[in-house]
Amino acid sequence: MSALFSKKTPVTPKIEMDNVHKAFGSNKVLQGVNVSVNPGESLVIIGGSGTGKSVTLKCILGMMEPEQGTIKVDGQDITHIRGKERDKVAEKFGMLFQGGALFDSLPVWQNICFGVLERGLITRKDAPDYAVEKLRSVGLKPDIAYLFPAELSGGMQKRVALARAIAGDPEIIFFDEPTTGLDPIMADVINDLIVSCTKELGATGLTITHDMASARKIGDKIAMLYQGKIVWVGDAKKIDKSGNDYVEQFINGRAKGPIETYV
Amino acid sequence: MIFSLVRNFILESCRTVGRSILHFFESVGRLSSFAVRSLYFIFVPPYYPRMIFRQFIDIGYYSLPVVGMTTLFTGMVLALQSYSGFSRFEAEGAIATVVVLSITRELAPVMAGLMVAGRIGASIAAEIGTMRVTEQIDALRTLATNPFKYLVVPRIMAGLLMLPILVLIGDIIGIFGGYLIAIYKLGFNQAGYLNQTWEYLEYMDVVSGLVKAAVFGFVVALMGCYNGFYSDRGAQGVGRATTNAVVSSSILILILNYFVTQLFFGS
Ligand SMILES: Nc1ncnc2c1ncn2[C@@H]1O[C@H](COP(=O)(O)OP(=O)(O)OP(=O)(O)O)[C@@H](O)[C@H]1O
Ligand SMILES: [Mg+2]
Repeated sequence: MSALFSKKTPVTPKIEMDNVHKAFGSNKVLQGVNVSVNPGESLVIIGGSGTGKSVTLKCILGMMEPEQGTIKVDGQDITHIRGKERDKVAEKFGMLFQGGALFDSLPVWQNICFGVLERGLITRKDAPDYAVEKLRSVGLKPDIAYLFPAELSGGMQKRVALARAIAGDPEIIFFDEPTTGLDPIMADVINDLIVSCTKELGATGLTITHDMASARKIGDKIAMLYQGKIVWVGDAKKIDKSGNDYVEQFINGRAKGPIETYV
Repeated sequence: MIFSLVRNFILESCRTVGRSILHFFESVGRLSSFAVRSLYFIFVPPYYPRMIFRQFIDIGYYSLPVVGMTTLFTGMVLALQSYSGFSRFEAEGAIATVVVLSITRELAPVMAGLMVAGRIGASIAAEIGTMRVTEQIDALRTLATNPFKYLVVPRIMAGLLMLPILVLIGDIIGIFGGYLIAIYKLGFNQAGYLNQTWEYLEYMDVVSGLVKAAVFGFVVALMGCYNGFYSDRGAQGVGRATTNAVVSSSILILILNYFVTQLFFGS
């Protein structure tokens, strides 16, 4: 997809982070993150545990406010907006949470339709059908629509969570470690679903993960976060020839290298 | 040597005390702003009738048995105790009044408040805490829903409105408990006892009890929501939130009970 946009046509990036800083007390988590994602592109951010991948996502989603720097979506500065304006931007987003984050007091169909019902895009009467349609696109049978999340396996929960993330046809979908806690086969199934669902919607994707197989499969581009900065960004296919010591060490999973392993 | 040890010790103690004080004020500030927001959002749409209804049932209806049992036996004990005490100076005639005044003014609201704190405060904190830990609250945000309006407001409303109703029912059951003992165990005359019950009961006795109930209901829901909302990560965090919710709301109930009483009957 990214090849469609040649270097000369100026595209407004879908997401653009410029010099973003975020600290918790003395713990400086983000120290000048610069990253941009073009429309229809899928960017994967990799990095070790506790490097601030989730914090990066939360800053874009508006759950945390950076102290410094700007975040733009479709060219609009969203760093400090709140209330109605924030809700408006949030409508462009879909998010798959690390643990699924399904509402355990609601059946599957209500989980999937939660956002679209809330925004009044569909009526309550149409909701079960809408949910079933979304269940199909993540490869689940319609009869689970009336089950509760606790009655599903971990893999199924992830799929339902994916169905909820793509409901409402978001323009940008965020995936927070979509494959952690799944067996390699189920992980691959989820990767495939993520690719097909984002492509189908023509959505822009931003994924954070430390699973390299997943990163290679989902990403058009890969960026590596280390000590609060993006230390490398490039084409997913070229990650093996990055020539960057941090990336080399990370993708090969070596304990020795420039990355300090104590956290 | 000794001097520097002492000095370090003093400095370290000051630091610890200072930190606790700062931490305390930070919590008080956070709690106050939480309380203000929870009341403010009651008046701001959208509303979630389904959630509100569920909380009314959970907090109101399902607490009935517990509140009924406690007030029934409290009324019974009151009759028994005041009889054995008052007969020492031949004032048995006053026990109907003692029962009705203690139940409506004090015991029904406080007992109901404490019972609901244990039953509801804990479950609110556990439910919201789990939602926090499993990122369900963040998920609400991304699904165009304000977690405050969706989770906190229905519980606060239910606490504020259901506790007075529970206490009113508790009043009746408690007075009935006293009546049972007085008539069937202590051999009082029915009409006389009932007469005595209504004779000195004033409107304000019941109203003050109901106001207390509303305050306690608010406190229980607030402490449950607050502790759940700011729960630490992990199962341990949720456990601590639950304990804190129950302990803090119970203590607050007893403290506020004094101040509301002072407000009504202080002068
Ligand atoms: N709400 C918060 N309050 C204080 N510190 C936080 C908060 N959220 C994250 N942090 C800190 O920020 C740092 C980065 O956390 P983050 O969750 O972004 O890591 P991550 O890269 O997503 O790791 P993982 O791969 O383990 O999920 C950690 O040191 C964490 O302690
Ligand atoms: Mg994370």
